[in-house]
Amino acid sequence: MIDPIALASLAVKSIFVENILLAYFLGMCSFLACSKKVETATGLGVAVVFVLAVTAPLNWALNEFLLKDTGLLGVDLQFLSFIVFIATIAATVQLVEMVLDRFSPALYNALGIFLPLIAVNCSILGTSLFMQEREYGFVETCVFGASSGVGWALAIISMAAIRYKLRYSNVPEGLRGLGITMLVTGLMSVAFMAFAGIKL
Amino acid sequence: MSSPATEMAPEKAPLFPFDKKTRRIVTDPLSDNNPVTVQVLGICSALAVTVRVDKALVMAAAVIAVVSLSNVVISLLRNKIPPSIRIIVQLSVIASLVIVVDQFLKAYMYGLSKELSVFIGLIITNCILMGRAEAFAMANPPWQSLLDGLGNGLGYGAVLVAIAIGRELLGSGSLLGFQLVPEAAYAAGYVNMGLMVLPPGAFILLGLLIWAQRSWTGYTEEA
Repeated sequence: MIDPIALASLAVKSIFVENILLAYFLGMCSFLACSKKVETATGLGVAVVFVLAVTAPLNWALNEFLLKDTGLLGVDLQFLSFIVFIATIAATVQLVEMVLDRFSPALYNALGIFLPLIAVNCSILGTSLFMQEREYGFVETCVFGASSGVGWALAIISMAAIRYKLRYSNVPEGLRGLGITMLVTGLMSVAFMAFAGIKL
Repeated sequence: MSSPATEMAPEKAPLFPFDKKTRRIVTDPLSDNNPVTVQVLGICSALAVTVRVDKALVMAAAVIAVVSLSNVVISLLRNKIPPSIRIIVQLSVIASLVIVVDQFLKAYMYGLSKELSVFIGLIITNCILMGRAEAFAMANPPWQSLLDGLGNGLGYGAVLVAIAIGRELLGSGSLLGFQLVPEAAYAAGYVNMGLMVLPPGAFILLGLLIWAQRSWTGYTEEA
């Protein structure tokens, strides 16, 4: 029933082939705002992986046991899923912030400023909504959540490295900043599409 | 635009003013302060739904409706919301409105709502909504907030439709489903640009659009 090869294939698919940023455009706002420095990008990337790995299974459980008509309440409440998911995400982010502050001040200082940003990062809500739409099981959801985060982190860290190099190039005036970043993202997206042929 | 504001100093402030200054609230976000190309907000959904013009139009309408209404609601509540929990209040107002829009689309445009899939839900995390709620609606009366929401929604929609026109025309040779590139052109060897239908096409077109818009308005960014 749980096929390790199928799970590995799902992981590769969500990291490379269907990268949540480069194929679904999710999480673009923070991607554009925080990709100027590699350190910042790494911090945000790690925070996104962490929050995704926690919220995706949590929202799966809420969807399965509370919102579906086969759940505990026996009523179809799936139209409420947007508000339930976003509340879970906001609460988780707040909770993670407090736990980190208490138990790991070093990590908190590294991630601290990024955590509130993540509550409104589309890739977090998007992953939960994709999970619901594609009807993943629990293990699949865990794998999908974590590897979507890894894919996002990979994209933002490589973007930061490219932008670092871009500082030394002579970009036309109107294209500076956002414009050239979008073009580079386009080229990165082309590169990631090359993974589409990989099948496990 | 050309007619000057006739009542320069009204006795008491009108309930629904529409003078020059108020009009700026609507016209500013259309070009000089466009939420997508200048403020860099709401890019996510700006790209995902632009493969076809009809999807872009529905998405633009949904965002215009949600951003105007959420601005009005938040502006009405602005003096009652405690500052410490304002984010969660704003999020719940927005999420409720998005649920209404989603149910409406499911009822009247089922096919399109299936195709837009998760992106209607993702209006909640569209930074334009939170941005306008936080920056404008929390500090201004409802009427101005409504206009601000309309202006930003329209500015967002304009970019969305512009990209969609480019992608559909170049990628499928049609607009709103009507074939525009004649059969003769295909017979003569014209090929649709497959890249435009794929995600990279959206990134590249938006990059070029930003370039064009910024060269026109003369806005430049550091580094």
